[in-house]
Amino acid sequence: MKTNLSNGEIRIGFYICHCGHNIAGVVDCTAVAHEIAGLPGVVVSRDYKYMCSDPGQELIRNDIREHALNRIVVASCSPLLHENTFRNAVEAGGLNRYFFQMVNIREHDSWVHTNRAEATTKAVALARAAVLRVRFHRALETTRVAIHPDVLVVGGGIAGIHAALTLANAGKKVYLVEREPSIGGHMAKFDKTFPTLDCAACILTPKMSAVRANKNIKLWTYSEVAKVEGYVGNYTVSVRRKPRYVNEELCVGCQECIEACVFKEGKYPDEFNVGLSKRKPIYIPFPQAVPQVVVIDRERCLQLKSGRCKKTCIEACADRHAIDFAQKEETLEIKVGNIIVATGFRLFDAKRIPQYGYGLYPNVVTSIELERLVTSSGPTGGEITMRDGRIPQSVAFILCVGSRDFRTNRWCSRTCCMHSMKLAQLVREHTGADVTVFYLDIRAPGKGCEEFYDKSLKDGIQFVRGRVAEVTDWALTPEEEGKLVIRAEDTLAGVVRRIPVDMIVLAVGMEPQADSQAVRRLFNMSCGSEGWFLEKHPKLAPVSTFTDGVFIAGCCQGPKDIPDSIAQAGAAAAEAMALIDRGYIEQEPNTAYVVEEDCSGCKSCLPLCPYTAITLDGETHKARINAALCKGCGTCVAACPSGSIRQHLFEDDEIFSEIEGVLTHA
Amino acid sequence: MHDVNWEPRIVAFFCNWCTYTAADLAGVSRLKYAPNVRIVRLMCSGRVDPQFILAALAGDADGVLIGGCHIGDCHYVEGNLKTLRRFQMLKRMLAEFGIEDQRVRLEWISASEGDKVRSVINEMVEQLRPLGPLALRQQFKDWDREIADGDPVSATPAAAMHETEAAHA
Amino acid sequence: MKYAYFPGCSLKGLGKAYEESLLPVMERLGVELVELDDWNCCGATAYMSVDESKACILASRNLALAEKTGSRDLVTPCSACYLVLNKTKHYLKDSPEIRESVQRALDTAGLQYSGAMPVRHPLDILVNDVGLDVIREKVVRPLTGLKVAPYYGCQVVRPYATFDDAWNPTTMDRLLATLGAEVVPYPLKTKCCGGSLTGTLPDTGLRLTYILLKEAVRRGADVIATICPLCQFNLDAYHDQIARQWGPVPIPTVYFTQLMGLAFGLPESQLGLNRNFVRMKPLPAIPAKA
Repeated sequence: MKTNLSNGEIRIGFYICHCGHNIAGVVDCTAVAHEIAGLPGVVVSRDYKYMCSDPGQELIRNDIREHALNRIVVASCSPLLHENTFRNAVEAGGLNRYFFQMVNIREHDSWVHTNRAEATTKAVALARAAVLRVRFHRALETTRVAIHPDVLVVGGGIAGIHAALTLANAGKKVYLVEREPSIGGHMAKFDKTFPTLDCAACILTPKMSAVRANKNIKLWTYSEVAKVEGYVGNYTVSVRRKPRYVNEELCVGCQECIEACVFKEGKYPDEFNVGLSKRKPIYIPFPQAVPQVVVIDRERCLQLKSGRCKKTCIEACADRHAIDFAQKEETLEIKVGNIIVATGFRLFDAKRIPQYGYGLYPNVVTSIELERLVTSSGPTGGEITMRDGRIPQSVAFILCVGSRDFRTNRWCSRTCCMHSMKLAQLVREHTGADVTVFYLDIRAPGKGCEEFYDKSLKDGIQFVRGRVAEVTDWALTPEEEGKLVIRAEDTLAGVVRRIPVDMIVLAVGMEPQADSQAVRRLFNMSCGSEGWFLEKHPKLAPVSTFTDGVFIAGCCQGPKDIPDSIAQAGAAAAEAMALIDRGYIEQEPNTAYVVEEDCSGCKSCLPLCPYTAITLDGETHKARINAALCKGCGTCVAACPSGSIRQHLFEDDEIFSEIEGVLTHA
Repeated sequence: MHDVNWEPRIVAFFCNWCTYTAADLAGVSRLKYAPNVRIVRLMCSGRVDPQFILAALAGDADGVLIGGCHIGDCHYVEGNLKTLRRFQMLKRMLAEFGIEDQRVRLEWISASEGDKVRSVINEMVEQLRPLGPLALRQQFKDWDREIADGDPVSATPAAAMHETEAAHA
Repeated sequence: MKYAYFPGCSLKGLGKAYEESLLPVMERLGVELVELDDWNCCGATAYMSVDESKACILASRNLALAEKTGSRDLVTPCSACYLVLNKTKHYLKDSPEIRESVQRALDTAGLQYSGAMPVRHPLDILVNDVGLDVIREKVVRPLTGLKVAPYYGCQVVRPYATFDDAWNPTTMDRLLATLGAEVVPYPLKTKCCGGSLTGTLPDTGLRLTYILLKEAVRRGADVIATICPLCQFNLDAYHDQIARQWGPVPIPTVYFTQLMGLAFGLPESQLGLNRNFVRMKPLPAIPAKA
């Protein structure tokens, strides 16, 4: 049995905690201490009522001094709870904090077993394992990594905007990268927000302007992150900027070029108005766009596609010369210490549920389309009309389209009930139409939301509980002629109903963005089983990811409304700021490392690491592990055919001794 | 031949983030289960070297349980996929040795599935009972003796137990 | 092209017109349908509701006989036969108990069924194997101006939609368009016709039939094209009763193969059109070859 201590014997202090009655009530602690005292290397073996208390920790510190202990084992509760506490005590006693091993005899023993003899035998086995293991513990240092003070925020929706402003106002330098030509995200398309019915543009646009005005924020729109390299505190990011063929510095947003375009009218679906209106190849996304700069669609512009155009736009901009058809895509490299990903969501494609007739019947629209109709700056000037221009006299809302549905998406999209009731109230207000909401359950959890639901009921909106089976235009009775008929089971009344209406609004659910897998790999994040970016812990760390230095905020983490998105954005900014202001991050030294003499350069380990921490050294042709990137999973350690990769804190000899310890008969 | 009070002994390798946490949750919830398991904590089920399993079996464990996160939820992205691969290959190898299928088990248990820890352990203990002790150490000794003396020995300790019982009947 | 052919009881009885029109059309296209020797009733929907295991045994005999012929596919025009035979295939695959009892039964008759032979519908064969181009060539009298509502019924799309979309199948639509007909948009194309309920629960069953007829009339169709003998019967045989209870819905229902035959210039007497209760308006004469 080899020891790794070159300068003397192993002297172990063993402590078993009563934890009041929690452990001692089932496990005979005195007997365990007695058993362990007989093991080789154990100098001190005590049982005590509360090891984690101050006197308990004092006991450890004193014993280290008085008995020249160099290894400590504590048998008490779960290491997930108090490993750090005891490591601190050990360090305070003058020992390296990693000369410590903890034994779980509470959560894994006294709390789950009733037979005293069996529980005590198990406690002895587990304690013996720890005592054998701890002999092989090496002195390790917690590593520190410096943090670059700049931050990258990816996504310019409300979450990204808020995170960027919070950081910038704290004096940090922020890069805000947004894929679309303007920031604002989905919220820019909304008319009023629930439950207060305040105007979305009125609360969003000041924040958008603040972003533009803030000297600490570098705003790059029409841009995407192309590559991320590095590790927490030291990220090198390549940002690809798409050419808008308009010089951002020179354009003042007067829009004369759009007026002058050879296309007399809009011809292409306007993205901001979700296809309800048309735009020209040269356009500005929406009137309050930030930056207030024109963009030219290179797929549709005559000059860019064929080279043959009168270029009336250039003429119109004669005094500023902002239009530049020679503009090229450029890639810029930046260095940041932290990244906040706030890339938002996409809406469910209603065509995936053909029973609802979206795309088949012109008067079946999605919630976002209705949102544009309702907005006074929208394609109909705020008039809610059907496709033929008539004002609807009856409108139905179908909830949970692409949500809570095992055939499409199982989750609840959280905002659609409130969103639909908001639209329902606005429809009632604008048109006086009869409004029916077909729902499964009404979810109105936020502040003021239940009251909003009450108001909807008082407004005379009808609610029918039942998943809509289909939307059809075949009429059974004269009243149904010319209308869309909704067939649904009214589960409260217990009948199947046919309800004819003029217009139907589908409350489409939220989904992860189409490229979420590609994006998560870019930032070394995981996605949950549903496709949303995975948080480190659903309750205790909702904006952190398993990759240090990368945070998530807003709907990219899961469906949520505006207040929650802003809350998460603030939280992510605070987490980033904590790292920046402290200036360094500490890493538990359970990383893998290569013993070069034993490495043959077989490269079996290279593809195994999800953090790309292992590379092949170009000169030595041996594997090399970047300790800052290594997260300590140990997969490469188990895979290495020559055993040349080892793991600190989880060395083979440590684990083999644990196995031996639990199996040795008393 | 073996102790009538014999109880199966299982060594478990649990990943820190999911299964170990689930076992903690089982404790916090005061669920009760068989005391036959000894848990070894690792960061990821991907750290489970097949040698650990073999060492446990050779060290007289009657069974080995490996616990990791559900596929797709590994804290380290894909460690559990490697575990799965190794496990499948190892099972084939163990079958060649005549080690019964029930003795080595891989379970995906998420941090919220405290009850699954309980039911898996209880189930495994009950499955191992009729198989009897693996007693590999004794097996090796018996085979060595057989090779030296040319004296045939029973296939498994359980078979030996039955032979002894039959002889006494 | 040669296929094993399972007509089923309907096509020899009430659904005679289906077979009468199907065979010459297939012949014109160079497709040979070889009727299974000594086939038995498939059990249809009735037996499946009474005893699944025995129903599978009954249907499996036909599958075994078909496999013995060595043909690549078994073609069955009746939607009920089509569904029952396919369901049996699925049950044989999924249930070891049914597989066992079927095998025991087949053993007594010296038969075997591997479960591999596909059971297909003539619509599938015509559009996917023969191809619309070949069909178009054979059209001598395009059905120009004839408005057809394509009605598939339920059994060919539910629960298995093997050769077309379950919600909005278009195989027959495309076929009819190839024949030169004007295909009327018909959202009820897969709705239930009432099935056997038209006999047992007429208030419910006939109402479903009425809805189909009414919508076809409302859409301006001249004729409804079907692929199932029970659908054809329901849509054709109860007009008086329906008219009394709800209102007149004067629209004929024919088999799609009858329309194909008309487009191919086959003599009307050969296509079983005289068997309909509600007659189709005669089509213009075949244009002389230019």
